[in-house]
Amino acid sequence: MAVTAVTGRRAPRRSSRSRKPLDWTDPTVYFVALLLIATMLAPVIYIIMGGFRTNAQITTDPAGLPTDWRTENYLDVLTGGTFWQQVLNSTIVALATTAGVVALGLMTSFIIARYRFWGRGAMYALFAAGLMFPLTVAITPLYILVKNLGLMNTLPGVILPQIGFGIPLTIIILVPFVRAIPDEIQEAASIDGCSRLGFFWRMVLPLAMPGVITVAILSFIQSWNGYLLPLFILNREETFTLPLGVQAFASEYSVDTAKVLAFTSLSMIPALVFFSLFQRRIVGGLTGAVKG
Amino acid sequence: MSETQHESVRLAPDPSPGLTKVGGDTPAVSPPARRRRRKGIGWPARLEIALMTGPTLIVFLSFVILPVAMAAYYGFFSWQGYGPAEDFVGFRNYLLIFEDGTFIDALRHNGIIVVLSLLLQGPAAILLALLLNRQMRGQTIIRVLVFIPYVISEVVVGTGWSLMLHGEGVVNAVLEKIGLGWLQNDWLSDPKIAIWTLMGILTWKYIGFAVILFLAGLQGIPEELTEAAAIDGASYWQIQRRITLPLLGPTIRIWAFLSMIGALQLFDLVYIIWGQYVAATAGTSTMATYMVANGRNAGEYGYGNAVAVVLFFISLFAALLYQRFILRRDTEGAITGGRR
Repeated sequence: MAVTAVTGRRAPRRSSRSRKPLDWTDPTVYFVALLLIATMLAPVIYIIMGGFRTNAQITTDPAGLPTDWRTENYLDVLTGGTFWQQVLNSTIVALATTAGVVALGLMTSFIIARYRFWGRGAMYALFAAGLMFPLTVAITPLYILVKNLGLMNTLPGVILPQIGFGIPLTIIILVPFVRAIPDEIQEAASIDGCSRLGFFWRMVLPLAMPGVITVAILSFIQSWNGYLLPLFILNREETFTLPLGVQAFASEYSVDTAKVLAFTSLSMIPALVFFSLFQRRIVGGLTGAVKG
Repeated sequence: MSETQHESVRLAPDPSPGLTKVGGDTPAVSPPARRRRRKGIGWPARLEIALMTGPTLIVFLSFVILPVAMAAYYGFFSWQGYGPAEDFVGFRNYLLIFEDGTFIDALRHNGIIVVLSLLLQGPAAILLALLLNRQMRGQTIIRVLVFIPYVISEVVVGTGWSLMLHGEGVVNAVLEKIGLGWLQNDWLSDPKIAIWTLMGILTWKYIGFAVILFLAGLQGIPEELTEAAAIDGASYWQIQRRITLPLLGPTIRIWAFLSMIGALQLFDLVYIIWGQYVAATAGTSTMATYMVANGRNAGEYGYGNAVAVVLFFISLFAALLYQRFILRRDTEGAITGGRR
């Protein structure tokens, strides 16, 4: 029911339904929408609410609702040190990865989109082909490489490969954005005495911002949720990122379902908050990326 | 100036057909601009190119291309992961892979997952996107909510779903409560059902991405077209079928490509929910879980790398076929070389 309330709260600024040729009765549309929301949210809500129950309650009545809303599962997780350590690790890894992917990707996209030089096409093709090299394929040698670099059990050992694997998609998305900036702007800027690099900072960066934000969000979420690479690189508990932490917690407390549910729901909050803050940008950015 | 503009239009990887035609038909009307573009580049520009692509290339080559090359190399060795790889075995690893029934099973599961992902998620996502593209109350909220499973990490999704789906879990309990007790199942370990369970979870997790992608594509379709069609008396479904779907084509094809590659590489969810050993008996193992189970976890790094190479070539083959026959008109330039 809470869902209904939330859905109904936001009234559209203008109702242009009259323009649309479809004359579905509203109830159908809203029924489908509600059904959809329920399907999407039910598991999430179950996980969150399960954290407010005791194991006995969960065992005797798996489908029940919390009756007395116990908070000790959540408090236990929040006051224990491991959760915050893992939040910190995940934050560092995700921020560093995002910064690296955006900085490197934007500079390279600028060059590919705006400079004409021998090997430009080959360079673009190389990065585009990188989309074909998923982390899964490279994971075993990557593990050996990181070990040889002495980066095992360190966060850079996760960050650097993540940047590498994030670059292809970034370039694919950003090149069209940079290319779409009209040449006239560059010419006007150069007449006004702006160098090519100055043009990059003053014009390309702001004008490509929708694309930049899209790739930033995508790489942040991808890094935040990353599992395979940390699984191979991080073996010591104090270096665990949240996904590893959740899994370790789930196997360590496998009998304590309620606590696992509490830990799990707490660990998804940051990504959810981050996403809800930027969801408009994601849709906008993807529009640009898809349209090219 | 028009020359350069058309040039840039033509270079864009995904021009709509109309734009391409304009670019193609227009003769080079502005010789000076053309000459300027043909001219060689000076040293400052070369320095800028080196400075701004150098770091990217270094990171990309050393952490993406090099490991892939290493995988190809170690795949020819029997190697336990320490010391130099000396025990050269030629193609024996590859022969072993294709003789191993568990790998063939995994490959088959991947195939099923690819096909079912497209069939289950595609039509549903298109319908949902059409629905959500209408002006309606709470549109923004619905869009956010649809995307939520995609944002949640695979580990959380896997942990949560396996808690819900096991024998005494909430799914069976709910079925009992609403009088559908006969539908109760051993969702995770029954080999006949497990792959469908996996498909359900995958659809739940990834359909939001498809919907958001399609919504983005829908926003790019000019409203004038649908309005004109409506004035000409076309019904809603006629408009969707004759105008919206064809114009959404590039987006759908790109989504299908991403979905296919993702399904071939599937690892996280299967590994988290079924673990490395159960996956094979439950009938949900994939090439990637096979690789980790028989490579790193078994201490056979050479063999694991060979599996990775096989996985790579299967993905590449699928990708190239798709590029060649389906994606080509959309992504001129992406894989086929951006020069043109």
